Amino acid sequence: MNLFDPASLNSYLIIAAVLFSLGAYAIVSRRNAVSVLMGIELVLNATNVNLVAFSRFSTADLRGQLFAVFVIILAAAEAAVALAIILAIYHNFQTIDVNEIDSLRD
Amino acid sequence: MLRDLCLILCLPLAAFVIQLAIGRRLPRQGDFISIGAIFIGLALALKLFARTILGSGAELPYVWEFDYLTLGAFRITMGMWVDELTVCMLVVVTLVSSMVHLYSAGYMHGDPRYTRYFAYLSLFSFSMLGLVLAHNLIALYVFWELVGLTSYLLIGFWFEKHSASDAGKKAFLTTRVGDVGMFIGIMIVGWKIGDFTYQGVFSGIARGELVGPLLTACGIGLFLGAVGKSAQVPLHVWLPDAMEGPTPVSALIHAATMVAAGVYMVGRLYPVFNLEAFWVIALTGAVTAFIAATIAITATDIKKVLAYSTISQLGYMITGLGVGAFAAGLYHLWTHAFFKALLFLGAGSVIHALHSQELPEMGGLRRKMPITFATMLVATLAISGVPGFSGFFSKDAILAGSLAFGHAYGGIRYLPFALLIVSAGITAFYMFRLLFLAFAGEPRDHHKYEHAHESPRVMTIPLVVLAVMTVFSVGIPFVTDHWFAEKVRMPVLADYAAAGHDAADVPAGALVPEASGGHEAAAAGGHESAGGHGGTGGHGASHGPFAVTGEHEHAAHIPAMLASIAIAGLGIFLSYLTYGRRVISAAAWAGRLRPLYVLFKNKWFFDEIYQVLIVRTVLLVSALARLFDIYVIDALVNGAGKFGARLAWLAGGVDLLGVDGAVNGIAQSVIGLGRTVRHVQTGRLQNYVYGFMGILVLIVLAKMFL
Repeated sequence: MNLFDPASLNSYLIIAAVLFSLGAYAIVSRRNAVSVLMGIELVLNATNVNLVAFSRFSTADLRGQLFAVFVIILAAAEAAVALAIILAIYHNFQTIDVNEIDSLRD
Repeated sequence: MLRDLCLILCLPLAAFVIQLAIGRRLPRQGDFISIGAIFIGLALALKLFARTILGSGAELPYVWEFDYLTLGAFRITMGMWVDELTVCMLVVVTLVSSMVHLYSAGYMHGDPRYTRYFAYLSLFSFSMLGLVLAHNLIALYVFWELVGLTSYLLIGFWFEKHSASDAGKKAFLTTRVGDVGMFIGIMIVGWKIGDFTYQGVFSGIARGELVGPLLTACGIGLFLGAVGKSAQVPLHVWLPDAMEGPTPVSALIHAATMVAAGVYMVGRLYPVFNLEAFWVIALTGAVTAFIAATIAITATDIKKVLAYSTISQLGYMITGLGVGAFAAGLYHLWTHAFFKALLFLGAGSVIHALHSQELPEMGGLRRKMPITFATMLVATLAISGVPGFSGFFSKDAILAGSLAFGHAYGGIRYLPFALLIVSAGITAFYMFRLLFLAFAGEPRDHHKYEHAHESPRVMTIPLVVLAVMTVFSVGIPFVTDHWFAEKVRMPVLADYAAAGHDAADVPAGALVPEASGGHEAAAAGGHESAGGHGGTGGHGASHGPFAVTGEHEHAAHIPAMLASIAIAGLGIFLSYLTYGRRVISAAAWAGRLRPLYVLFKNKWFFDEIYQVLIVRTVLLVSALARLFDIYVIDALVNGAGKFGARLAWLAGGVDLLGVDGAVNGIAQSVIGLGRTVRHVQTGRLQNYVYGFMGILVLIVLAKMFL
């Protein structure tokens, strides 16, 4: 069985895993809050790929794809709210470096 | 009747309260209140006397009582019991007391505590009247102690003088010794009979509820109270010292009334005593009469002579009661009260004039103080037993009674008579010695003599009144002198036995002693003694102990009277030779009879013996007790304290280290844990993300391989 066969499920899952890893890496390594936000977007899209792929290969109905649409809408709303939060943080701290913003520490 | 009695009793009490509250602000410092109260009492008492003794006496005995304390079936009642004896006592107390009140207005004039003095006198009058009117042992005991209290207050009236305050304490403590005995007697009565009223006690004894040795013990216990109060040997030592009080007080309390309370009590409780107790009573009285008389010979203080004379005469009364001459003993109380009060007031008059009490500093005062001299002469004749004066009748009756007692029982039972007849001679001797030394001859201290003067009228009037009473208290001498024995009769137990089971249910009249066989015997005694004696009649054949004595009474009268007159005459004659004519030298005879003189002069060494036996012993015991206290009690107490302190110290350690340590340790460890854990929370989001990604990986790995 070919691991990278374009017609098989595996190739989709591998792409999703790579996307997830990149997103997660961006979340934990970037210091810019906007970059972290972009990492989150990557993770969400990796999930979307998974959902669509499982939907295509496992069942006849469209429940998986429906979930993907929900996630996209949710991601849009989340991006809007997150950017607003980042703006507010910038107003307060004059920076958006996540390492600087640690006033929740004891 | 009841109203009069209540007034007699309560007016002095009211006077006392008023004096105490506002006396000092009243004119004359309020003395007229006390004097007025007692004079009203005197008038009412005389009215009562006229109605009962001189009149028919049908309303006697009069009993009035009310429930004072009810404890289930046990009742204590309070009330009054008035019979002929009570009426006579009321007259004695109010008459002497009113005379003393009047006299005091002169004698105590200008004293800084004048008001308080009269307040005390009123309190005493109230207490004494209450004692006389009491109808049960409890009330008797209460008033008994009250007169003791007033006696203490008045002896120590001039308490700035150390000797006076000491004498007050001595009197109080000495009489308390006797009162303990009396209390035991009362408790025996309460235990065996359970009723404290006189009638209840008598009917209880008549029913045989208290017999044998216990009855003897009860009688002797009650008599001990009289020994203390009436200054009988061996508790007589307080009375001479009590002369530290003001002289009118000595006349009222320590001669006429309070000291006679013991005699009155023995007479009142007559049926309680059995033959053994009576023998103790008779012997005590006779020994007292003799010892006190001998001491009086050598005393030089005029009041001390009279004090010992009082003790001696009280001994006579006690002996009279002890030998069964009931009426005679109480008759002597009646006559003695007047002439002894007179003697004391006369002595007070002398002291007032001379400012000295020493007989050797007096002399020749008859010219300066004629009224005092005349009245004291009357009293001296009376106490010496010269025929025609009151003392003669009563003393003779006692002598006859004691002689009859000797005839009846023989042997050693003649001893009371022998002691009394010798004492009678000594009495005449020392009383005339006093009279000669004070009033006759030439003045020995000219300076004092020059300043002497007759006392003011307020003081001489009481003297005259009492002198009249000294002669006529017996009625008309040789004619009606036996009225007392006819009126005051010995209580006869048989009547109480007949009185039924519950005395309270019987009408008062049934309890009259004269109701039965005693009546004839008493009347007969009165007739027999018509020849000139107060008579020892009155004890009926039904009174057990003296059934025998009665038969010998008739035989005893004439010899006793002759012996009495003879020995009194001898005493007076010797006294005249020694102190009047000075033919016999007193000093020479004192030298010749040196041992006796030393013995008498030192009052038979009673005080010294008590000093050694009692005071030293008490001090020694208290010293030992002190050592015991320090080395045993204190050591125990301190040991307990120290042990407690140690224990507390240990407990403190446990508390500090154990309990506090545990509590603080828990808190400290929680704090330490918090310090460690806080480092996890960095505040950096990305660290948290590391955290939960790591945990996620761990979970996935665990899921894959486990």
